[in-house]
Amino acid sequence: MNTCYHKTNFTKIASRDFIKDNKSTHNLLIYTLYKVIEILSNDENHTKLKELFSRFNVNLGDSVIIETDNAKHEGILIPRYEYADVNHLVLKLKNGYNIGINLGKIKNIKKSLDKLDQIIIDPNVNFTEGDKSRDYADSQLSNLSLLSTGGTISSKIDYRTGGVMPALTAKELNDSIPELKKIANIDPEVVLSEYSENIRPEHWTLMTKRIADNVLSGKYDGIIISHGTDTMHYTAAALSFALQNLPIPVVLVGAQRSSDRPSSDASTNLIGACTFASKSKFAGVFVAMHHTLSDEVIACHVGTRVRKNHTSRRDAFHSIDISPFALVRKDQIELCEQFTDLKFNERCTNLENFIVRSNFDDKVMLLKFYPGFDCNIIDYCVQKGSRAIVLEGTGLGHINKECFEQIQTAVKNGIFVFMTSQCIWGKTSLTVYDTGRDLLEIGVIPLSNTTSETALVKVMWCLGNFEDKEVAKIMTSNIANEFTNRIITA
Amino acid sequence: MGFCSIVIALVNNDAPNQNKHKVGLEIHQQLDSNNKLFCNCKIVDSPEYDFTFKRILHPTQSEMGSYDQAAVFESKKIKTVKYLSSKNSNCLIESDEEPPEMVNTEALDLVLTISLALHCTIEDELHVMRKIVIDGSNTTGFQRTILVARNGYLDVDGVRVGIQSICLEEDAARIINEQKDAARIINEQKDDTVDTKIFALDRLGIPLIEIALDPISNTPMFVTNVAQTIGRLLRATKKVTRGLGSIRQDVNISTNGGAVVEVKGVQQLSQLALVIEYETKRQDGLNQIAQELHNRKIHESAFIGNIIDVTDFMQQSNSKIVKKILSGDSRFMALVLREFHGMLSFEPYQGIRLGKELGEVAKSYGIGGIFHSDELPNYGITGEDVKSLASILKVDKNDAFVLVGGPSVLLNSVISELTNRIKKAFSGVVAETRSVRLDGVTVFSRPRPGSSRMYPETDIPYISINENRLKELSKHIPLPWNEVIDQLCKKYPINRTLAENIFDSQYFSLFEKIARHTSINPSFIISKLTEDFVRLERQGYDCSILTQNDLFYLFEQLDKSRISKESIPIILEKLLRNEGSSVNEIIGTLGSEGFTEDDIDGIIKKVIEENHKIISQKGMDSIGLLMGRCMSILRGKVDGEKINKQLVTRLTEHLNKS
Ligand SMILES: [Zn+2]
Repeated sequence: MNTCYHKTNFTKIASRDFIKDNKSTHNLLIYTLYKVIEILSNDENHTKLKELFSRFNVNLGDSVIIETDNAKHEGILIPRYEYADVNHLVLKLKNGYNIGINLGKIKNIKKSLDKLDQIIIDPNVNFTEGDKSRDYADSQLSNLSLLSTGGTISSKIDYRTGGVMPALTAKELNDSIPELKKIANIDPEVVLSEYSENIRPEHWTLMTKRIADNVLSGKYDGIIISHGTDTMHYTAAALSFALQNLPIPVVLVGAQRSSDRPSSDASTNLIGACTFASKSKFAGVFVAMHHTLSDEVIACHVGTRVRKNHTSRRDAFHSIDISPFALVRKDQIELCEQFTDLKFNERCTNLENFIVRSNFDDKVMLLKFYPGFDCNIIDYCVQKGSRAIVLEGTGLGHINKECFEQIQTAVKNGIFVFMTSQCIWGKTSLTVYDTGRDLLEIGVIPLSNTTSETALVKVMWCLGNFEDKEVAKIMTSNIANEFTNRIITA
Repeated sequence: MGFCSIVIALVNNDAPNQNKHKVGLEIHQQLDSNNKLFCNCKIVDSPEYDFTFKRILHPTQSEMGSYDQAAVFESKKIKTVKYLSSKNSNCLIESDEEPPEMVNTEALDLVLTISLALHCTIEDELHVMRKIVIDGSNTTGFQRTILVARNGYLDVDGVRVGIQSICLEEDAARIINEQKDAARIINEQKDDTVDTKIFALDRLGIPLIEIALDPISNTPMFVTNVAQTIGRLLRATKKVTRGLGSIRQDVNISTNGGAVVEVKGVQQLSQLALVIEYETKRQDGLNQIAQELHNRKIHESAFIGNIIDVTDFMQQSNSKIVKKILSGDSRFMALVLREFHGMLSFEPYQGIRLGKELGEVAKSYGIGGIFHSDELPNYGITGEDVKSLASILKVDKNDAFVLVGGPSVLLNSVISELTNRIKKAFSGVVAETRSVRLDGVTVFSRPRPGSSRMYPETDIPYISINENRLKELSKHIPLPWNEVIDQLCKKYPINRTLAENIFDSQYFSLFEKIARHTSINPSFIISKLTEDFVRLERQGYDCSILTQNDLFYLFEQLDKSRISKESIPIILEKLLRNEGSSVNEIIGTLGSEGFTEDDIDGIIKKVIEENHKIISQKGMDSIGLLMGRCMSILRGKVDGEKINKQLVTRLTEHLNKS
């Protein structure tokens, strides 16, 4: 790579929204740069571009003058999105605009003597100028551990190697969100670098262990996990079961708008999460995200009750069948009206009751019933060695009678079959109609208003840490607020 | 008023330095499209706002890893921004709560067509970019913009003017004057701190074409002509919005190859020449100030003296202004400038002073409390105060000092920006973005943004433009303006002046609608929509509050003979004075309702009856007098022509009888 790309620091909170191709927007440039290098070396389709570059002895990042049939274009060669067609190259013009030039029209490319990169990168403009960052801990403030799991909350890009190096320092974090240094001393650490949708149960185990280590170190007043939002509620549920009787709060946080946008919700969410983690009277696992569309109030949800209910809104996360646990408004924490319905320990220093059960068995299927559902899918689960099936039934928790035979077979084979509702809100009730009573008869275990996502995670956790004979009992006991004892009318 | 209806009488051909400056015009025109550029919202005028939310914007790095200095500048005075959204004209996309839809093809086709009309080279593939703007005018913190074409030209008065680039952009949100618009906000919670900026989202996302011209070294008159020619070309497409604010010019002005100053938001053509004159004068003045600094041998690196907190001292002052500034959590800082005595008030042209420039920089942070030693004692700060300050600050008679009072949190940023500004004074003109007042005077708003503000819009795929599409569009290139006017003259028929006036006006489409749906004489419609409106505006009325629906209804009533021609200006004035909630109500109060043909006939007969003596003496010559009597009863209620016709009939009958 040409060195005109200076080393830069990006601060990112994992997010994969506003994207067309299941790849995160953030670091898209780096990503595409990376990809183009790959494409240039691997993809047959891009041989045209590769040939062109080698014919004229130029490379991505070079300042060039491109001559076509009818025009002369001056600019920097820029990477192209992976999914774009192969007939154009991308040029960044002096005025900052990018354009695509049809390869077929190109007559000549020569390197420009004009160092465009020096025009574009003004070394005098430095946002952190005058901002004295913390290189010592403020003893008045609490100490937080920030574990980054998805995308990266911050990464350093080396354009020469094309590599994305997670390199998070307290300084870089404080530089990008100056408010943080007034809230807590934060130790950032990169645990994982995965998009939300790539998170697997073994990642939950890894996170659990890292959190447990930091809790047991006694150094921290709270732990923040930055996470991609798509599966954040699964992870929140997993950590809620795996880490019991936590002495301090563990707060997951994400962003619905990636932090390459000035309007990103990353910093308000992170500030809210850090405020809650350092000041909350209660310990446990929470998710901190926007409460409304405004950058004002951050809602802290219970790890097992939270669900992502919108593809793109900032306030996509809702507590199901209950109010959020607390709201963070500026530096104040307001406990919500229903927090008394929940079982949370107060913050403590005593580690004796802290229990870590970090295993998850992923031989569990989550099946959504729908009109036309093929009952043989249940047989397939049995054959594939599933140990449990979580059904997302209709309404109060029903499924077509035609499937009863297959369910019976599954149960007889020692497979646990649980019932949740696809209604999202409300409890299952299998005693109201015949269908429900029959399902109970067969041995299906209803899970009340445990959300189907939380139910899935809980079964994985049960199977990973307990003997079969204990599973039914644990699944129907309230371990981490996955059941609410009452749903209020509001 | 529409921008071209302004008379270009203010252009001064004897402007100073007219051949030394270069003027780059950027013309922004709203496109009259069904939908917004990146969502399916309709474009609706003045809706009510039913939802509000607040945001904080942060600067981000460009893809090249650098920050834009304009963005950084804005972020230092970061404020909470409040947005007003409306069900009618906004969806999740304008709130930055949903990814944008694909580009509006209707708008893109129009921009491609205009690019072809201006002989531009269209880019092979279009890339949507994010132009970082964090002053709050965009919820995303950036404006989406697409470079569509470059390197075209147009001929104006026999001179070829180059077109640098043509872009398709989304319009920004509209800043709201809370008091004026408060009535339109429903469900409002009053919890705002003073530092909240307010923007309405109805305008956000409307497609705009941006045409950037090569710098012109010519008279302000010529530049105005260029702007007018482009405005007319755009209107010739009949697919652009008219009316105030629908076309805006940014003017880039540089003198003698110096730094480029960008003046944003010139809304009226008549301002253009004034802006150019003011800016060239200001820039020349700044160069003279630089020369003076040089002459005085003041050293660029050594002029800054003490920077001292003088809050305690200023608290003793009896100055009302000072007391007012210090009422909140505010402080006063003093900045000593070595050897600067007299420099801040040095005035090469009237109103062009370094001191004023500094005041504008402070004002851009919302800080009004800035005084300098060259203008003191004044503002209630006494000669004694100045002496004491001089000794506190240890300045001698050759030095100057600046006092800055304002909120503590801002003061450091302001002082550092002020020292920056003074340093830049050594090289004359500063590259910056300025806003403009109606009289052409420009005011500092922020540093000039650079190319670092551009970042690719990763949510929207590239748009490849193929030859067939261009071939098809080239069939729709608008007729030259002259030919459009010729066509209009023939179609209605109307004379050329009327055709030009109505075509340049914002009421053109209304005119066509009225002419299509009624049998009213087209020339009459035009004279009402142009001359009458100009007259009413001159009388100080704001004609923009008249809706097109109201106006159409008014002409419909005329067509139905419910009102007379004469009553139109009366009704308009009443509407503008808010003397009725609707046209219908005002017509009611005029009492013209109930004047049926029979009534009119009855009144005429009665007048003839009452004046039969005179009629018997004067015969047909009594018509003038009779008409006067009739009009005194029916004026403004019934069309005079109609009365006259009926009167002649009845009078002839009367004379024949006797
Ligand atoms: Zn919309």
